[in-house]
Amino acid sequence: MSLMSKPIVAVKSVVIRFAGDSGDGMQLTGDRFTMDTASLGNDLSTLPNFPAEIRAPQGTLLGVSSFQLHFADHHVRTAGDAPDVLVAMNPAALKANIKDIPRGATIIVDKDEFTSRNLTKVGYETNPLEDGSLDSYKLHAVALTSMTVSALSELPLSRKEAERSKNMFALGLLSWMYHRPTEATEAFLKAKFSKKPDILEANLIAYRTGWNYGETTEDFANSYEIASAHMAPGTYKNIGGNTALAYGLVAAAHQANLPLFLGSYPITPASEILHELSKHKKFGVTTFQAEDEIAAVGSALGASYGGALGVTTTSGPGLALKGETIGLAVMLELPLIIVNVQRGGPSTGLPTKTEQADLLQAMFGRNGESPTAVIAASTPSDCFDMAMEAVRIATTYRVPVILLSDGYIANGSEPWKIPDVKDFPDLSVEFAKTQENFMPYERNPETLARPWAIPGTKGIEHRIGGIEKQDKTGAINYEPANHDFMVRTRQAKVDGIEVPDIVVDDPTGDAQVLFLGWGSTYGPIASAVETLRNNGEKIAQAHIKYIAPFPKNLAAILEKYPKVITPEMNLGQLAMLLRSKYMKDIVGYNMVRGLPFTTAELVEAAMGVLHND
Amino acid sequence: MTDIALTKKDFTSDQEVRWCPGCGDYSILSSMQSFLPELGIERENIVFISGIGCSSRFPYYLNTFGMHSIHGRAPAIASGLAISRPDLTVFVITGDGDALSIGGNHLIHALRRNVELKILLFNNRIYGLTKGQYSPASEQGKITKSTPYGSLDTPFNPVSLALGAEASFVARTIDSDRKHLTEVLRQAAAHKGSALIEIYQNCPIFNDGAFDQVKDNETKEGSLLMMVHGQPIKSATTGVIREGASLKLVDLNTVDESALVVHDAHDPDPSYAFSLSRLSGSSLEHTPIGVFRDVVRPSYGAMVHEQLDAVIAKDGPGNIEKLLNSGDTWVVE
Ligand SMILES: Cc1ncc(C[n+]2csc(CCOP(=O)(O)OP(=O)(O)O)c2C)c(N)n1
Ligand code: SF4
Ligand SMILES: [Mg+2]
Repeated sequence: MSLMSKPIVAVKSVVIRFAGDSGDGMQLTGDRFTMDTASLGNDLSTLPNFPAEIRAPQGTLLGVSSFQLHFADHHVRTAGDAPDVLVAMNPAALKANIKDIPRGATIIVDKDEFTSRNLTKVGYETNPLEDGSLDSYKLHAVALTSMTVSALSELPLSRKEAERSKNMFALGLLSWMYHRPTEATEAFLKAKFSKKPDILEANLIAYRTGWNYGETTEDFANSYEIASAHMAPGTYKNIGGNTALAYGLVAAAHQANLPLFLGSYPITPASEILHELSKHKKFGVTTFQAEDEIAAVGSALGASYGGALGVTTTSGPGLALKGETIGLAVMLELPLIIVNVQRGGPSTGLPTKTEQADLLQAMFGRNGESPTAVIAASTPSDCFDMAMEAVRIATTYRVPVILLSDGYIANGSEPWKIPDVKDFPDLSVEFAKTQENFMPYERNPETLARPWAIPGTKGIEHRIGGIEKQDKTGAINYEPANHDFMVRTRQAKVDGIEVPDIVVDDPTGDAQVLFLGWGSTYGPIASAVETLRNNGEKIAQAHIKYIAPFPKNLAAILEKYPKVITPEMNLGQLAMLLRSKYMKDIVGYNMVRGLPFTTAELVEAAMGVLHND
Repeated sequence: MTDIALTKKDFTSDQEVRWCPGCGDYSILSSMQSFLPELGIERENIVFISGIGCSSRFPYYLNTFGMHSIHGRAPAIASGLAISRPDLTVFVITGDGDALSIGGNHLIHALRRNVELKILLFNNRIYGLTKGQYSPASEQGKITKSTPYGSLDTPFNPVSLALGAEASFVARTIDSDRKHLTEVLRQAAAHKGSALIEIYQNCPIFNDGAFDQVKDNETKEGSLLMMVHGQPIKSATTGVIREGASLKLVDLNTVDESALVVHDAHDPDPSYAFSLSRLSGSSLEHTPIGVFRDVVRPSYGAMVHEQLDAVIAKDGPGNIEKLLNSGDTWVVE
């Protein structure tokens, strides 16, 4: 590529949003820009946002898909509140996003798409590129489509095929603006289109043409540079939550020396875990796409019974279907991992959007006293660690573990320092051995776990089931005192699960207000806390990753801080648990819009609590 | 098969059997306990998984591994076990409500996949455990607690259903006919893949005499169309002949025996077995029993493990460090 010849402006952080029709390839464009940014050593965080329909009617507001990326020369916690740059591939993308774009920001549009037909489709009476409504933005109206098509005129492609490469033109232009390296994207395209040489050529030409356009046109006066962020030494990769979760399961199964069996039924936004795990057969991973969620969890439980690591992955509606089988697993006291990547509910709700409203379902969504462990991942890369934790808890305590993730961290990504395999915990398990007078419900006095007694082991043949069992022998038993004892014992087992203490970040040690979150609100809260502290406020932060059971030191922490604010993307589910268990009044900040919190709104919420005495 | 000298007693658990006196489940249990030693499989390698219903208490009475699971889900749970542990012999015990109503979806999918499961469907044409409501196998017009004016639903023919679900082995037998039941179990055990065995089972409490037509000495000889591979299909009075693409019943006095259909359980075309299954209606006047279909199809578990082995043979066993470091990575010094 040609040398940079225009003035270069140094900036500390940038938020870019790529927006277009769902057929425009915005997710791919965003992904590539992210990869190239990650490799430059900027810290980053991403937020894809796409419609539930695979192809909503073209050019409509419903069909707009976007990808937001925040990258900086310092630690980044969220995908950013407000974009500095909006790339809008058509009028619908402009209209759907303009309300989020602060005045003064840069807007790059494909002006070829601003035809009167397309404008009318989304209800623009006049052309916003010409009517002055965008005067307070730095507007670049670029003939993206026609320049792409003319650059590809030598190739044997139809106009429609040629137009499809316009996202690569946009990527090339943005790559020029922010000095992203081009080698990785070129290599990526070569691998992706290795069997379609014309399409490969088209993408490469469009990408390079976009880059050169930035370099040569008068329209863009500067390019920008963002220094790399300070990060701990190590090898990094950019990782999304679903991938991290799948890797965590594979690694944990390896540490446990157990074959991984996934029973799953496709559902957004959890399907990617099924897709990812189905690639890893060489690790002995069996993936079973069941006929429904009930069979998915059932097959996982059957596999666990046989001594495999049984896992099922789903989202809220699927968790509802799995309830009865999870109850059976509670009764059978077998290891089982249930991953719930939460989305907007109730019912089908907002399938592609994020929410945290399945917490109480995870805690209580079964008949009877049916305790399971419930844990939650807080960032994309944390999904790896929490998957390992889920396996540790399930196998140590012979209990179902519900691991909560959500659409935000499942689809979002961040740089991840690849852990050293040597640091992974030993998760090896012991099965019951041949013995006389085997008692299937005799417990380990410390963990209260019963033996994992798998078929094929001579001399310990026994029958188990969902009917209440006698203590120790496991024989069917309907006696009142035994049932009461067994109910309490199953609860005590979950209550006694060892989980790490919660860590409070309170630099001055005398903050009066604690920001306490769980799950994917970690990033937005951390970012708000940073802003508040930069403004001279005293505020503490702590994040709950273990919900059943809560960490032991949580009671003391709640007691220490007079005021606790808990932001949740639900109507106050964690707050309800905390209030009932600790009799602590919690100030809730609750929004259920299908979107993560912005830093600004959390800062404002905290200011209200900090200064309203 | 190995010659482990196990006996019926070895397969009998210490649990007191708790079905109603005269329940057909007793004879099925006894036949099973007597049959199991014949398999030559160690007790610890046999697993019985059941759903919920009177019949689903079955695993408690066998001294093997067993799981009494939840209503309708046994085929799903057993699939996970059988797929991940091909070394085990897995039986599923289910009732007509368990298998055909709440668990219908799991049943058809287990059969379609050909998971290595031997599924015994105890058909008493009633919900026994919940005290006598009609089931998806009850004849239309049935008066039960929940249908005092008669049931309106058209029943399933479990054999037709299984055949429609691509089952590779489908048979029908009767609780009280120990010899026939044992022979069907033997053939099912020898079959690779899933097997569905419908067992007519009398519930003396809520649906007594449902199968008298095929059990009573006066009527059974004329009602039971015996299906034996390589033999003409007939009862004492009636035979089966071909008519165009389908099958038809004839009075044995009107045709020569050579005109009768000679049973071919291995016919690859399932429409033959399906036609056989349609010869009987709810009335049981002409009821084929024996093995309808027994064809060779790769079993699901075997294919799963072949795929795993093939990938490992090609790419070598997985390396976690390599996996985590795959794709675009960068180094911070
Ligand atoms: C989820 C659920 N729904 C309903 C029941 C109640 N129930 C138990 S057994 C049964 C029907 C059993 O009928 P069938 O499968 O024919 O077995 P049988 O008792 O006749 O052997 C029902 C409805 C249950 N246990 N679980
Ligand atoms: S109710 Fe019927 S099926 Fe159930 S045990 Fe009694 S006789 Fe047998
Ligand atoms: Mg029944």
